[in-house]
Amino acid sequence: MKNETLTIFEKSRPGRKAYSLPECDVPKKPLSELIPEHLLRDAPPGLPEVSEVDAVRHFTELSKRNYGVDSGFYPLGSCTMKYNPKINEEIARMKGFTQIHPYEPEESVQGCLEVLYKTGEMLAEITGMEKFSFQPAAGAHGELCGLMIMKAWHESRNDTARKKIIVPDSAHGTNPASAAVAGFDVVEVKSDENGWIDLKSLRETMTEEVAGLMLTNPNTLGLFDGNILEIADIVHEKGGLLYYDGANMNAIMGITRPGDMGFDIVHLNLHKTFSTPHGGGGPGSGPVGVVKNLVPFLPKPVVEYSGKSYYLDYNRPLSIGRVKSFYGNFTVVLKAYAYMLSMGPEGLRRASETAVLNANYILKKLKDDYLLPYDRACMHEVVFSALKQKEYGVSALDIAKRLLDFGYHPPTVYFPLIVKEALMIEPTETESKETLDRFISAMKQIAKEAETNAEYLKSAPHSTVVSRLDEARAARNPILNEMSRSKD
Amino acid sequence: MSKYIPNTDEQKREMLSEIGAAGIDDLFCDISGKIRLKSPLNLPKPLSDIELSKHMQTLSDKNADTDHYTCFLGAGAYDHYIPSIIDLLISRQEFYTAYTPYQPEISQGTLQAIFEYQSMICLLTGMDVSNASLYDGASAVAEAVLLACRATGRTRVLAAKTLHPESREVLRTYTKFSGITVDEYGFLDGAADLSDLESRLNPDTAAVVVQNPNFFGIIEDLKEISELAHKNKSLLIVSCDPISLALLKPPGELGADIVVGEGQSLGNPLSFGGPYLGFFAATKQLMRRIPGRIAGETVDLSGRRGFVLTLQTREQHIRREKATSNICTNHALNALAATIYLTAMGKNGLREVAELCAQKAHYAYSRLIETGKFSPVFTSPFFKEFAVKYRGDVRKLASRLLEQKILAGYIMENDYPEMDNVLLVAVTEKRAKHEIDTLVERAVCA
Repeated sequence: MKNETLTIFEKSRPGRKAYSLPECDVPKKPLSELIPEHLLRDAPPGLPEVSEVDAVRHFTELSKRNYGVDSGFYPLGSCTMKYNPKINEEIARMKGFTQIHPYEPEESVQGCLEVLYKTGEMLAEITGMEKFSFQPAAGAHGELCGLMIMKAWHESRNDTARKKIIVPDSAHGTNPASAAVAGFDVVEVKSDENGWIDLKSLRETMTEEVAGLMLTNPNTLGLFDGNILEIADIVHEKGGLLYYDGANMNAIMGITRPGDMGFDIVHLNLHKTFSTPHGGGGPGSGPVGVVKNLVPFLPKPVVEYSGKSYYLDYNRPLSIGRVKSFYGNFTVVLKAYAYMLSMGPEGLRRASETAVLNANYILKKLKDDYLLPYDRACMHEVVFSALKQKEYGVSALDIAKRLLDFGYHPPTVYFPLIVKEALMIEPTETESKETLDRFISAMKQIAKEAETNAEYLKSAPHSTVVSRLDEARAARNPILNEMSRSKD
Repeated sequence: MSKYIPNTDEQKREMLSEIGAAGIDDLFCDISGKIRLKSPLNLPKPLSDIELSKHMQTLSDKNADTDHYTCFLGAGAYDHYIPSIIDLLISRQEFYTAYTPYQPEISQGTLQAIFEYQSMICLLTGMDVSNASLYDGASAVAEAVLLACRATGRTRVLAAKTLHPESREVLRTYTKFSGITVDEYGFLDGAADLSDLESRLNPDTAAVVVQNPNFFGIIEDLKEISELAHKNKSLLIVSCDPISLALLKPPGELGADIVVGEGQSLGNPLSFGGPYLGFFAATKQLMRRIPGRIAGETVDLSGRRGFVLTLQTREQHIRREKATSNICTNHALNALAATIYLTAMGKNGLREVAELCAQKAHYAYSRLIETGKFSPVFTSPFFKEFAVKYRGDVRKLASRLLEQKILAGYIMENDYPEMDNVLLVAVTEKRAKHEIDTLVERAVCA
């Protein structure tokens, strides 16, 4: 049994240090001459005191208690946990990118502006949009920004009655949450027996009070909604706009484009489709692209090219304004740019084709072992249900926890909400057939164990540094920092 | 064939035949021919690693980096010392290639680091509870205001004119779509104008927002602002520079209800404006209304200590449109960099950094004033950044200094039209005396 890891505070010893600062080389004045005494704190904050080797060993030890894409297969549905190319990390550390102040004059940041401009052009080509803004820091931030654009557009036409947004029952939780923050009421539309949007229900819901529809296509079931052109017509006929949640863009690069499907606003997740690492939960990048008539509403500033040099255009009276400081998560955008340059148009298409092939291969190989609620060709991810295993008392969560013992990151579970005991598997294109075969055999073994040894699954995982954690206790009696623990 | 796609053509054929598909196109049968791309995407042809590196180096070389230019630019992003251990540690793949810690059994590293981060933010700010970080300082201000309006049921906020102009812009964007009105109060000698603030408070004011040190670098008297706000039953939101908190009274001690700020200074490079992190801390009373991820301590089945994401009923994946925010991720890797930074600097190092900034900034200020070419704009106390008025055209001065590889400072007229020829100069611990002296000499000659 492995030991607990002490916190950095528990490792602290007064008098140790892990920093090296120069002596003060300017004539020193008493602090109270610079800053009035009553504004100064009584004692320095009680941060840890450790030596450099302590700090390095501590965070190295923590890292060993984590699992990344480089550790192994990470088929976390909806998250596109593809491999993160190393050359991009090297590029993102070039000093001409990292050591650039955002308020430097335009003439001294031409390289940075060119990266933003060119990346925007490439994403516009991939999605069929006119122009992109890089301010949104993540997918949810992109959604919020896109919905603000939608609202501003309607308002600019004095169409102020549109208070609602339609969101399918299969949508990501961020969709309704973003709509609420943007000041909309959320109306849900049902999925039909194919897992597509129910057209009848959409026609009934789509009124002149609706600003637009948010859709992920392929949807969260991993299915491409073949009615997309009709859906777009229904929404547009009533004066609404179509918002594309780009979470699943990895299925369709070079095959079809949101713009050609009829979408007006798109956000992409550069940390999914365009290979930038997730960082343990960020930073991501959620650029928003729009069709031509919505360009004036993009956040400001936008990067423009004069024919000679790149510049930041602030003179945009219809812009929704800023959603973030500066110009977005620049070094994340940089990695996506490098990725697209190394893949090329053919490579991006191959990536999508292979992602779809890999998912269908898993679908085919596991459909006899796990219930497949929508039995048709899937796109880049496949959603199974653990209802068969539930008969033996084994849940999707138990299966996920047991997969940890096999050295895999589990699939997404309990999402989408319309599938009971959902297991959402997204292999991505960066995994080989051998990896998929090993995963498939682990899944088959677990399906057998469910029948023969359910208890073992219910107490899984058995090989991790901690076993299942008591989440209810954490929420009931919150210990959210070092100080609140020591009070108890 | 891309090196990032391992399956061989033969394997693809095997897999297709296993699936029962004649070709890859069969798998895309739900996508109608009407919307299928007929020709390849119009993108540049692929580059090899060597070509890519050269191309990127060329672009990188077009920018003026702070190794080759002496940086006195601040205004919300600062050129501070970054200990070498930070990048090496956050570059461990187990940290940077992981997803949000949904599976705590294999994410204890990220979760414990978040717990330690939350502890450090609470120590700096003097608050009870911190979240795992937000996107940046500006969006953290906006999230704080949304929280304050929900918590008080009120729909107006009063923001200082000395709040970072970009934070005010982001705040305006967020609030105009949710029916919240932002009113601004002015400044007197560079600090909050308390009588203006008082006169603008009304029963519908959900919160007063103040930045400390403010955009002009000036240290505010939070106590008096706090009293005014609380007398009106409004919440006090303070946005602050985390480095300053090593020296200044923590806002929590002075009555702040929510403390946010831009965390870039804590070990994150300038990176042309991002990614940074926004920190967000609040009182215990507001705990269940906080946006974003929060890590908490618990035990596993055998009683071992472990960490999980907690209080999740606040969040969008459970509450959907009723969530406290739409935010899904935090800026985990930037928060990890901040945690390692605060570990490396520790109790004494952070204070030394803050003192060096204050000493050097005051030295630079006196030297510039002594030349007679610059005059004071305010007399209120400042921390590491100050405003001075140039006797001449400040834009010309800035571009002449740029030619001499000095990033002189921020031109205030961009945001405050009344402040013509005013320069906002930031001096961090990285600036040696001779660099400050050079700035002064060149500014005089210019």
